[in-house]
Amino acid sequence: MRPFTYTRAGSAAEAARAAAEQPGARFLAGGTNLLDLMKLEIERPAHVIDIGRLPLGDIADADGGLRIGAMATGSEVAAHARVRRDYPVLAQALLAGGSPQLRNKATTGGNLLQRTRCPYFYDTAKPCNKREPGAGCAALGGLSRFSAILGWSEACIATHPSDMAVALSALDATVETVNADGGTRAIPIDELHRLPAATPEHETSLAPGELITAVVLPPPPKGRQRYRKVRDRAAFSAGLASVAVAGDAIALGCVALKPWRARRAEASLAAGAPPVAAAEVELSDAKGHGGSDFKIPLTRRLITAALQAKQS
Amino acid sequence: MPPTSAEGAPTASVRMTVNGEARALDLDVRTTLLDALREHLDLKGAKKGCDHGQCGACTVLVNGLRINACLSLAVMHEGDGVITIEGIGTAERLSPLQRAFLDRDAFQCGYCTPGQICSAAGLLDEAAKGWPSAATDDLAGPIRLTDAEIRERMSGNICRCSAYPQILDAVRDVAGPA
Repeated sequence: MRPFTYTRAGSAAEAARAAAEQPGARFLAGGTNLLDLMKLEIERPAHVIDIGRLPLGDIADADGGLRIGAMATGSEVAAHARVRRDYPVLAQALLAGGSPQLRNKATTGGNLLQRTRCPYFYDTAKPCNKREPGAGCAALGGLSRFSAILGWSEACIATHPSDMAVALSALDATVETVNADGGTRAIPIDELHRLPAATPEHETSLAPGELITAVVLPPPPKGRQRYRKVRDRAAFSAGLASVAVAGDAIALGCVALKPWRARRAEASLAAGAPPVAAAEVELSDAKGHGGSDFKIPLTRRLITAALQAKQS
Repeated sequence: MPPTSAEGAPTASVRMTVNGEARALDLDVRTTLLDALREHLDLKGAKKGCDHGQCGACTVLVNGLRINACLSLAVMHEGDGVITIEGIGTAERLSPLQRAFLDRDAFQCGYCTPGQICSAAGLLDEAAKGWPSAATDDLAGPIRLTDAEIRERMSGNICRCSAYPQILDAVRDVAGPA
């Protein structure tokens, strides 16, 4: 791990200001992803701003919905009575990710900002446009089992690893932030993460120093909610494909560099198409890289099965 | 400027309560909680397996919750209460989980065992609080620690000797019937 200076932020606005003033600064919340990447020297922050003690962990009713503080851990959110009752897709998604130890530490804000698990992002001996813009993408032509099938570019075929974010996408969550000037804004979850295009190093729409303070859920949607994830092992394993269904909304995980809101499938269903046809519409321009080709029929079947399943 | 180590890396002081005892350390801020426990407090129970949060051998309880001590900086734990396997029980006064692991032969090499037992202690507490898992059929209902629940809830701890059936038996002995 490279040396860094360590400070503990006294407030969210102070943290945002400190991060904006110090190039190369990183917020440290639970640390489960950042510290892993710092050990591998993939992340090399010169300054670490510990936000773990900020009072941003409350989960509270908000206008019929729910406001989840950015510092609430995965365990706390999944165990919250209203999440279990009104947003089961979120509890299921959280509990499908990581291990109990990780969920006891990993925060809601950090979960959204976790980095890809693309093996070439992790392999510092190989080129990666996320790590070193312009270096190239070793995943193209490499092992692509975990690669994207939607929305990728020649610069990056990685996927976003979060389960939680897929459920938040289907729930139409908004992300609240504070910036270096103390100003706040609310970002629709669908606009938080960016597709790679030519600049996969720019992963989110957050400004330098901008800090996530909460995730806000609208009132629970009417109808079924369900999260399904396919992975290589029955537990504690990254996903190959996942789907979140919440009322009429559908979102996909592990298929793109962002949680993939399946709006074309939603429109198709609304127009009366059966589930399998809706799934095929969503995936009509999906494309794999050999090793990830299997994810296209897998995702089609996942969507179909989730839509056909009874409420759970 | 913050204080630095002999090599010029920033240092900081941290106070924690470890196994009931107040401890104060001056550390390179890069020091993980695991390295602070093992190398600075000579508590060698928590093990460094993968050092990346994948194996669970470093599991300790912080303020009652199980975490991977390898994925946390010691300086993040100012004021925290940490329990390691040394605080769970001793050879003379075994905890019920330690007794059960012995009775059930729930290990071969033993390297993962401190993490397994700390994790099981966390599991029992989480289940008592009604926290669900991926194996919980009814998110609204009370938690019944079935075998599937225990397996899922212990999935953050790898045993390379594959003593999983015996670990399940040991945790089941202490958890009681589902």
